[in-house]
Amino acid sequence: MITLTNIDKVYRTERVETLALQNINLDIADGEFVSVMGPSGCGKSTLLNLIGLLDRPTNGKLLLDGQHINGAADRSLARMRNEKLGFVFQSFHLVPDLTVLDNVEIPLLYRKMGSAERRTRSLAALDRVGLSSRVHHFPTQLSGGQQQRVAVARAIVGRPSIVLADEPTGNLDSAMGDEIMGILEELNEKDGTTVVMVTHDDRFAQRTSRTIRLFDGRQVA
Amino acid sequence: MLKNSLKLALKVLARRKVFTAISLAGIALTLAVLMVATAILDNVLAARAPQSRLDRILVVETVRQHGPNSIWNANPGRGFLERTVRNLPGAERVALFTELATVVVYDGARRIELPYRRADAEYWKVLDFHFLEGGPFNASDEASNRSVVVITEDVRQKLFGGAAALGKFVNVGGEPHRVVGVVPSVPFTQAVAYSTLWTPLGPPTDQELKAVFGPLKGAVLARSQRDIPRIQSEFGTRVARVPLFQPQDYNEIHAGLDTTFDGIARHLMGDQFGDRSPTALRVAFLVLALLFMTLPALNLVTLNLSRILERASEVGVRKAFGAPRRMLIGQFVLENVVLTILGGLAAFALAFILLRAFASLEFLPGAHFDLNLRIFAWGMLIAAFFGIFSGLYPAWKMSRLDPVNALRGGAM
Repeated sequence: MITLTNIDKVYRTERVETLALQNINLDIADGEFVSVMGPSGCGKSTLLNLIGLLDRPTNGKLLLDGQHINGAADRSLARMRNEKLGFVFQSFHLVPDLTVLDNVEIPLLYRKMGSAERRTRSLAALDRVGLSSRVHHFPTQLSGGQQQRVAVARAIVGRPSIVLADEPTGNLDSAMGDEIMGILEELNEKDGTTVVMVTHDDRFAQRTSRTIRLFDGRQVA
Repeated sequence: MLKNSLKLALKVLARRKVFTAISLAGIALTLAVLMVATAILDNVLAARAPQSRLDRILVVETVRQHGPNSIWNANPGRGFLERTVRNLPGAERVALFTELATVVVYDGARRIELPYRRADAEYWKVLDFHFLEGGPFNASDEASNRSVVVITEDVRQKLFGGAAALGKFVNVGGEPHRVVGVVPSVPFTQAVAYSTLWTPLGPPTDQELKAVFGPLKGAVLARSQRDIPRIQSEFGTRVARVPLFQPQDYNEIHAGLDTTFDGIARHLMGDQFGDRSPTALRVAFLVLALLFMTLPALNLVTLNLSRILERASEVGVRKAFGAPRRMLIGQFVLENVVLTILGGLAAFALAFILLRAFASLEFLPGAHFDLNLRIFAWGMLIAAFFGIFSGLYPAWKMSRLDPVNALRGGAM
């Protein structure tokens, strides 16, 4: 369960103060598939970063599985990210020096887990996204769709309860976008994983159970 | 995790060839110079034949008299040594030998100048020369002041073309001396053993037996290292009782019976720190080495900082997936240590070439420094330290990257 109460996010520089999010109140239940929509600059990614514990709210209360995160130390936030969350980014963010398998293993490196188990779980995650035959390839040897599938495998390898996807289909053509959307839907339906997805594409938003609409940092729907 | 980080470190270095080449060149050059310096120090300070008992050898090489208006500083004379170093408690042997001098040796009409010493028979027992031919001169040769000589294989090569020299004559300072022994050449860094020709010290004259100053040095072989403080203490007591030379002008006498390192420290520091000279020298060496490493380390820090920016997205991803700061620091420092260890290996090869060049140029007599496992271990230790030193700050900076900015490939 994700709960945001009266959340503001303000970015301050020496001269300018930008209100990125204003008075956001939101409950996302376990197992929901929620999409976040809105024009560029409306605060979609900021919202996702707050839910993903990559950033802290300026005001308001944020609870993740009933745990307050406002005052939590960086170390415990890192642990929560590792155990509860998985990320899929628009531009994949795969490490070019590592093979597909090594990329998928990354979240498990920060857990107490033997290398054999890491390998087994990573191979299973890759099998799930249909990339078993590419485990020893490097990211640059894959198509955009395949790279995003690796990124999804990396997001789910740690069996997180929440997957946060920031425009996961944004850099893909419609067919490949459909593929990724299919994988996220399957994750949500079969595993009960909560998915929060930022998207510009109405087609994909319609396939989710609920759409949150933002405009100028405010929640409008 | 470690295996994964190592694998990544090697891949990163292989992918960024220009960065790796520049970094490796800087590291290798710096470390090679440090390794050459270590090799020279190792040759001076480490126990190796013919100074295998170096850790038990104490040497007195200077006597200093202080007066209200002047200081007299010179090698000890026979009288001083007979009074101070004979029968010290805890001492196994005592050898007397002259300061290194140059002697003219004639090979027919050819005039050759060679380093030369006179020594007593005990000298050959305090040191452990391996004789290629014959043996050392003995107490009887010394008592009778026989004209015999021990030479090195270099001298044998120069004078006899490498043929057996035993029983042949060498014209030392205009007088023929019969060769009784040939030893391997000694590097000049072995301060007690170094020479190319040795002749007997000979029995002292009455005048010599009174002399405070002279051309000599004394070496005391302690029974064990534990005996050294006792020997030095008794030596100090005896020195205070030695009658001064020209007592009307001087009122104090000082001398040190030192280990090799302490002797070098006393010499290099002009004895201005007294008993603290060795500590002062150690600190000076450490500061010099650190200063010498600082510039290339700063250069590496700058290169590393720019390298981190290139990898900001990776840092962001790792943070997003829960990498704790200390693990990110560990990973980056490890990468840097791998780089510097590789630089260390290259430096070892470079140092080997440099030392071979030293030996072949022969501008320093007997400068045959070898690289051994100990120097290799020191080199790797220096390399690892260099890696940690130059990697820690960039790694710390990297670990503080804000993950959102990092994922955008942002600034620190």
